[in-house]
Amino acid sequence: MSAVSVAAGRTWRRTPFIANPWLRWAMYAGALVYLVLALGSLHVNWARLADGMVRGWRFIEGFMHPNFTSRADEIAVGLQESIAMTVCATVVGIGLSIPIGIGAARNIAPRPVYYLCRGIVAVARSFQEILYAIFFVAMFGFGTFAGFLTISFATVGFLGKLLAEDIEDIDEGQVEAMRATGASWLQVLNYGIEPQVLPRLIGLSLYRFDINFRESAVVGIVGAGGIGATLNTAINRYEYDVAAAILMIIILIVLVCEYASSHVRRWVQ
Amino acid sequence: MPVTNAAGRPQWRHRTTTGQLTAWFLWLLLVAITVASWKVMTQDTIWDFLRSAPAQAADIASRMFPPRWSYLEKLWWPIWETLNIATIGTLLAVILGTPLAFLAARNTTPNAYFVRPLALLIIVSSRSINGLIWGLLLVSIIGPGALAGTLAIMFRSLGFIGKLLYEAIEEIDHTQVEAITASGASRAQIIDFAIVPQVLPAFAGISVYRWDINIRESAILGLVGAGGIGLYLEASLATLAWPQVTMILIVILCAVLVSEWISARLRHAII
Amino acid sequence: MLRVTDLAKRYRTGDEALRGVTFEVPAGQVVGLIGPSGAGKSTLIRCINRLVEPTSGAINLGDVEITNLSRAQLRKARRRIGMIFQEFALVERLSVMENVLSGRLGYVPFWRSFLRRFPGADIDKAFRLLDRVGLSEHVDKRADALSGGQRQRVGIARALEQDPELLLVDEPTASLDPKTSRQIMRLICEICAERGLAAIINIHDVALAQMFVFRIVGLRAGKVVYDGPPAGLDQVTLAAIYGEEDWTALSAKHKEDAEDAAAVSAAALVSTRAKLGVEQ
Repeated sequence: MSAVSVAAGRTWRRTPFIANPWLRWAMYAGALVYLVLALGSLHVNWARLADGMVRGWRFIEGFMHPNFTSRADEIAVGLQESIAMTVCATVVGIGLSIPIGIGAARNIAPRPVYYLCRGIVAVARSFQEILYAIFFVAMFGFGTFAGFLTISFATVGFLGKLLAEDIEDIDEGQVEAMRATGASWLQVLNYGIEPQVLPRLIGLSLYRFDINFRESAVVGIVGAGGIGATLNTAINRYEYDVAAAILMIIILIVLVCEYASSHVRRWVQ
Repeated sequence: MPVTNAAGRPQWRHRTTTGQLTAWFLWLLLVAITVASWKVMTQDTIWDFLRSAPAQAADIASRMFPPRWSYLEKLWWPIWETLNIATIGTLLAVILGTPLAFLAARNTTPNAYFVRPLALLIIVSSRSINGLIWGLLLVSIIGPGALAGTLAIMFRSLGFIGKLLYEAIEEIDHTQVEAITASGASRAQIIDFAIVPQVLPAFAGISVYRWDINIRESAILGLVGAGGIGLYLEASLATLAWPQVTMILIVILCAVLVSEWISARLRHAII
Repeated sequence: MLRVTDLAKRYRTGDEALRGVTFEVPAGQVVGLIGPSGAGKSTLIRCINRLVEPTSGAINLGDVEITNLSRAQLRKARRRIGMIFQEFALVERLSVMENVLSGRLGYVPFWRSFLRRFPGADIDKAFRLLDRVGLSEHVDKRADALSGGQRQRVGIARALEQDPELLLVDEPTASLDPKTSRQIMRLICEICAERGLAAIINIHDVALAQMFVFRIVGLRAGKVVYDGPPAGLDQVTLAAIYGEEDWTALSAKHKEDAEDAAAVSAAALVSTRAKLGVEQ
């Protein structure tokens, strides 16, 4: 089988992602037009921006000399509140997510329960947590309870949805086998479903704990307790060194959470 | 082992004694920590407020409905601004976050002792600080407005995109890289031919996902003054104009639903 | 043209994958490398183009000592060595053409490869090679849309696009069914005969090796225990390489064997004719 002679000088171009050239160029043009309009809408105030450089530098300096001492009490209280809120909200959130997640799984929940649970999860996920915080503060007053409710609600939405999806993705054969032995509904859940979804649930719960801590540091801005209020005050007073101290603590705690959770996840797997 | 020998016959239990004790201990610890946290958390809680909460809720609900539909015409510009904050912020984060991810991935970092830890530190710092806090900081530094919002989105998304992308880069199929290396390609060519095609789907998916999340975040950045529809929300809340608040929430909800739909379609097309 | 002298590889875990391997491959010779799993065949092949760094010893390709080259010089040396992989190692998401052209990466600057503007001669060569391996209709298909045998042929085309002086082939048939394995081996050996290309083929199927190559090197536990013609692989030598087993089944001859042997000889004949002045 010798080489068949092919006309020399054949060219080749890489096939572009969008085959139709008109569509492709239309998309490039559209993107360009959008970019110009969008950047225009930003209204950059160059004078203010120049001022900002000075203040920005002060902020960076704050990081090099973080101030943990002058507002130590407020920071300690705020931190305590944040961590306490995180723990309670995560525990309660997980506790509620499990029945709601089970109820939101199409393959094991009866229809009305399924719609109800999916509705709860959808409402919990519709808006950013801070909006719920505002309403809980209006209803329950300022303080950590409102923050606790906010974060629990958000946790239920997050874990409930993912748990429901996980349950819907399981290997039905294992469930079938359990049913075949005559097990009750709860036993089928415990033996056929739980072993399949538990590892991922634990991983997600640890991830959510991390997210919840970060949330707890923010809800204070609208009065729902935690270190967010202290941070807000420090920034409003331009006390960048105190703000830097608080941010460093937050980053450190998040790092520790991540480290611990990766260990626990490996141990569970 | 859960199998032991007692009275001459093998016995099986769910866990060994040590295992059982450990499990009980861990549960106890969890309960103790939760109870302690609850005490700390509720030490300043005024329980009377809780009792009046349902009444409060009903009160607010009655004030919120019906929504003030006429307010809608004032909201077109803010939602357009919100969309731009999210889009440009995500774009900037993608442009900066992609090289960052390459610096942070074990198999593509030029220096494992200095550059990689630095890149990882940047990623962690960016992720740990909530978008709203970034908003606070930037408003304080460069003043209120959409620019602060855009930069806040950028700084927050940098860590998200960087982390997911570097994990994708570390998980690529190594033999494809080997093959390109064997032909005598340079480092840049190896990245271009063997690594980029493998992470492209992940890259596109991550970017679109983050854009979707950013639409939600941009909507509330205005609460701290960083532009977008949140500014109007803050103003309405401050003046207790509840029907307007409802209108704004409806608009935000619609924007989120549309962006989620777009994001799901795009991610589906990319796979 | 390839000279391996006293090559040794010792991993950090203490495993000695290669111990004092020495042999020479003259230009145009196809060598089959056989041995049990863990004998060091893959390691040896990867040491030659330094995908794995040898612990000691020397490797000479022509007059260049590969073991002493800097990174930039190593890249130039690697251009002269084409490699074919067991699991094909194609870039799955790129098209067949891009995979074949990636063989030229060592020759083109980054900006050309990035914009996919390869020189016309390279593209012509790619088309010719795809024709030779029988994949002309699949030029713009994504690599992961092809079957195993087709993918390996793209791998062969990619290696040849480099215009190499030496082919390193790492278990080209391990992931293929028996019939396709034969076709691929036949293709590789025919091409080597046509171009007078030297090759080292790492192969675990002794019968296939015996059928297609004219020299066999047997490796066991990192040492060369046999170096000679396939006919010399009797019971004793096979036992020395692989351990005790009934090796009579390996020597069975099939009808297809004769066809394959004839095809390779015919290719060698064509190549000789070309060298004597007939235009290819």
